[in-house]
Amino acid sequence: MSYVIIGNSAAGIAAAESIRKFDQKGKVTIISDEPHNTYGRPLISYFLKGTSTAGTMHFRKPPFYTDNGIDTIFGHAAVKIADKHVVLDNGDKVSYDKLLLATGSVPFVPTISGIEGKDNVFTFLKYDDAIALKAVVKKDSRVVIVGGGLIGLKAAEGLHTLCDDITVVEFADRVLAAVIDKQGGTIVSDHLENNGIKCILNNTVDTLRDGEVLLKSGDVLPCDFLIVAVGVRPAITLAKNFGLTVNRGIVTNTHMQTSVPDIYAAGDCVESYDILDGTQKILALWPNAVRQGRIAGASMAGHADELFDGGMPLNSVGFFGLKVMTCGIINPADESGYEIVRIAKGQQYKKFVMQNNMLKGFILINAPNRAGLYTTLIRDGVDLATIDGDITNGIGLINFKPEERAKKIGGGAGR
Amino acid sequence: MKRVYAVEKLCLNCKLCEVYCKTAHSKSKDIIKAHKTEVPEPQTRIFVEGDNLLSFAANCRHCENPACVEACITGAMTKDPITGIVDNEKERCVGCMTCVMACPYGVVKAADIAFKCDLCRGEDEPACVKHCPNRALIYIEGGSER
Amino acid sequence: MNFKNPEFEIVRNKDKCISCGACARQCSYEAHIIDPDTGELKAEDMNCVACHRCVVICPTRAITIKKHEMTYRENANWTAAYINQINRQADTGGVLLSGMGNPQPYPIYWDRMLLNASQVTNPSIDPLREPMETRTFIGAKPEKIELDAKGRLITRMPPNVELQMPIMFSAMSFGSISLNAQKSLAAAAKACGTLFNTGEGGLHSDLFQYADNAVVQVASGRFGVHKDYLDKSRIIEIKIGQGAKPGIGGHLPGVKIDEEVSRTRMIPLGADAISPAPHHDIYSIEDLRQLIYSLKEATEYQKPVAVKIAAVHNSAAIASGIARAGADIIVLDGFRGGTGAAPTRIRDNVGIPIELALAAVDERLRSESLRNRVSLVAAGSFRNSADIFKAIAIGADAVYIASSALIALGCHMCQQCHTGKCNWGIATQRADLVKRLNPEIMAERAANLLKAWNHEIKEMLGGMGINAIDSLRGNRLMLRGVGLNEKELSILGIKHAGE
Repeated sequence: MSYVIIGNSAAGIAAAESIRKFDQKGKVTIISDEPHNTYGRPLISYFLKGTSTAGTMHFRKPPFYTDNGIDTIFGHAAVKIADKHVVLDNGDKVSYDKLLLATGSVPFVPTISGIEGKDNVFTFLKYDDAIALKAVVKKDSRVVIVGGGLIGLKAAEGLHTLCDDITVVEFADRVLAAVIDKQGGTIVSDHLENNGIKCILNNTVDTLRDGEVLLKSGDVLPCDFLIVAVGVRPAITLAKNFGLTVNRGIVTNTHMQTSVPDIYAAGDCVESYDILDGTQKILALWPNAVRQGRIAGASMAGHADELFDGGMPLNSVGFFGLKVMTCGIINPADESGYEIVRIAKGQQYKKFVMQNNMLKGFILINAPNRAGLYTTLIRDGVDLATIDGDITNGIGLINFKPEERAKKIGGGAGR
Repeated sequence: MKRVYAVEKLCLNCKLCEVYCKTAHSKSKDIIKAHKTEVPEPQTRIFVEGDNLLSFAANCRHCENPACVEACITGAMTKDPITGIVDNEKERCVGCMTCVMACPYGVVKAADIAFKCDLCRGEDEPACVKHCPNRALIYIEGGSER
Repeated sequence: MNFKNPEFEIVRNKDKCISCGACARQCSYEAHIIDPDTGELKAEDMNCVACHRCVVICPTRAITIKKHEMTYRENANWTAAYINQINRQADTGGVLLSGMGNPQPYPIYWDRMLLNASQVTNPSIDPLREPMETRTFIGAKPEKIELDAKGRLITRMPPNVELQMPIMFSAMSFGSISLNAQKSLAAAAKACGTLFNTGEGGLHSDLFQYADNAVVQVASGRFGVHKDYLDKSRIIEIKIGQGAKPGIGGHLPGVKIDEEVSRTRMIPLGADAISPAPHHDIYSIEDLRQLIYSLKEATEYQKPVAVKIAAVHNSAAIASGIARAGADIIVLDGFRGGTGAAPTRIRDNVGIPIELALAAVDERLRSESLRNRVSLVAAGSFRNSADIFKAIAIGADAVYIASSALIALGCHMCQQCHTGKCNWGIATQRADLVKRLNPEIMAERAANLLKAWNHEIKEMLGGMGINAIDSLRGNRLMLRGVGLNEKELSILGIKHAGE
């Protein structure tokens, strides 16, 4: 059996491990256009900051590939899927019995005049992006980041150790618009400002000029380096060209199998079922990718026990020590039908979104401990009537019924 | 694998498990230094909840498919394939706390980085169990958690 | 104004204290307090009873409990204790209550008796190499043994109970002590092949599994007495009196009568449980005989019936009557016996030492040829195996221990049993305190104590060149008195050392 995995990040690695769990003999090949061993993709901002180094960026310890008997083809993009083989950018063909597409995302670059062919324009998704930025950004460089989402803000935090003048320009009325509400977003942007990151909201970059950018508002900002971080799109070209069913992302069943039986897909390039709103959507989330990769790998190796039953939005991220967690439905467009509790105290902010006596989402800023229990309430659809006390005041296993708690931490003790 | 289980009806709320966990995870392994002088402050990885009437200590279940490992963006959180111990490598953890948010038992601790029970790696019995004055924590083969 | 002075001082070593707060969370007397504003640990000496829970729980041993230095002008007569007691009574107008046994410095005769050992003429025995018998049978023994023509036994043996050692756990009721404490003792008794005693609190259904190791009491309040209760036992014990409070009944306040106690005692929830001072159906030996035989009848003569009395001035004559009334076992409880609650004045002033009572009763029963009809069980503060050994040499068949068993369970003799706040989970029904006593751990400790004492008894027997406890029983030649007067020696029936 010959397994080929395109993609060397969360889903690809999880799949390779999962295949090896069930099939120690088959040939496993990982193809990646990046020239690196697997690394924690979100660590690229920590690499800028210096928290993570070339020695600690690895997602699996370096002998991972040899230890697991995995062949690697790094630095070459897969450009085409053909009948039972993959064609690489150097013309080589890699044949497969089972193929996994774990191609992830590609940055979305909006129309900004003047960026074509400029070497001071960056995206921020790959290790090489961070290496390149680290090489050129100087203490007095002026950096403008388009997009105040997770990627843009982490890039800002990472760059802050390298240079002093950083401005984030966000089109929405708040930073982290996709994962947080206005009140939370304000705490985050205030905190960034206090740490020397300028945040400009309700605005965007219109034109890149020599040494400056023109904003939509007409304002002009000095700019030596422009980082475009407005978002990502699933990398679906290979799949589309081969004729796999693709909507916004690659369509799979619960075994992560695509419309072609021997081809599987996992991670940010696929459409996932959102257990909270029941829709298919791109859930570009690390844990989601790992789980899908694990399930895909097992299925490819003939073990279909675990099914992907859906995911939900879940993000935890820190900015200059501010711990931000968001999960589920945190900002319903129409609040009717929801019970929403907000508790704010200084830099701490907690928001709980409940519906039909179930927790559907939360924001926790600087209140991280025990957050997993809230996540569990959402994921398991726990009826809050079975929970003691008011969970918005805090949560512990003590809020669960004794028998439920015994199951959780009393284990098989039977005492 | 052996795990630490809480026997709720015997828990005294004395929190000595927390004290000895902190000591076991200190540099000095000295209870007084660990609590009074050591920098950085050692972190306890067990949570006593409740009051004198109802209390219990919760720590990591070392799950079969750990949500924290699945959530870890750095690869620092791993489950040892041989011992089954789920542990966080502090040199690689960047403190994003996705594991804290993912843990269905709420037992990964968020400090500057994430801290969790490692079953006192290498010891026959974890410190919390060894020092529980009332055997309210037991270390036995149990069910398979998540 | 509070006239009382603290008895103890709580000394916290700040260098050692790690501010974990365990002391404060563990102190039911609120002698340790966490300051709500500063989080600092503070001590309230006045509340300290020297139970040492904090001392033991403190992970750095940072706490020392000292006798408080606060002093009155020295006075051999008006001691601080009496002054404080008067102030307590002046505050409340109430009877002073105390827990545990008589602490006053009356003579302890165990400490005035010494044991014999073999030298040259009668070789001693090493119990680690040779069999040594401490098995004890309690119950009435037949007048004589009759055999038929073929040599078969035709004598019908009265019911006897086989104990693997001559030590049993004395009566402590569910109510006076916690169910967890009772469970610990019951499990230890089972593990060691001996018996525990329900006291007058009935037998909780959790303890039915220990029926083969249970002595069930029938006391003046008749709490929890029913057919099933009598059946789930090895011995039925009629309690007439208790060494700690002879002539006094019991009073378990309604607040302690929770659902479990109420069900077990078969009394209303929250109602005071009053044990009358006398049994209201017993005003004579003849009345007692009726009760003894009612109980025998109810259990088809399968179980020995014991009668327990406090050691008082005329115990010998009373014991004679009890033997004649048909009891199989007489339990004598000395004036140092413990209690969950007794009026202090009674505890400290009523009754007589077990040593003297035991000697007098044994002597009386022998002189009246009644000794074989009953087993004698001594109770009332056996502090170690040597005390027990001496009691058996005086004439006891077996002994009851209680205070020493409770010490094994954690008791630190703070004498606050009557407050119901026992920090060790023994003399309390408070759920948060009871759970501190893990029956699994404490059963091991109580069993260890019994095993250790039994081993020591074997060592002492071996030293005398005796290989069975039966050869020690009533063998007063093995005892010598020191520092005792002629009268004491004569009552104890022993010679003075050197004689």
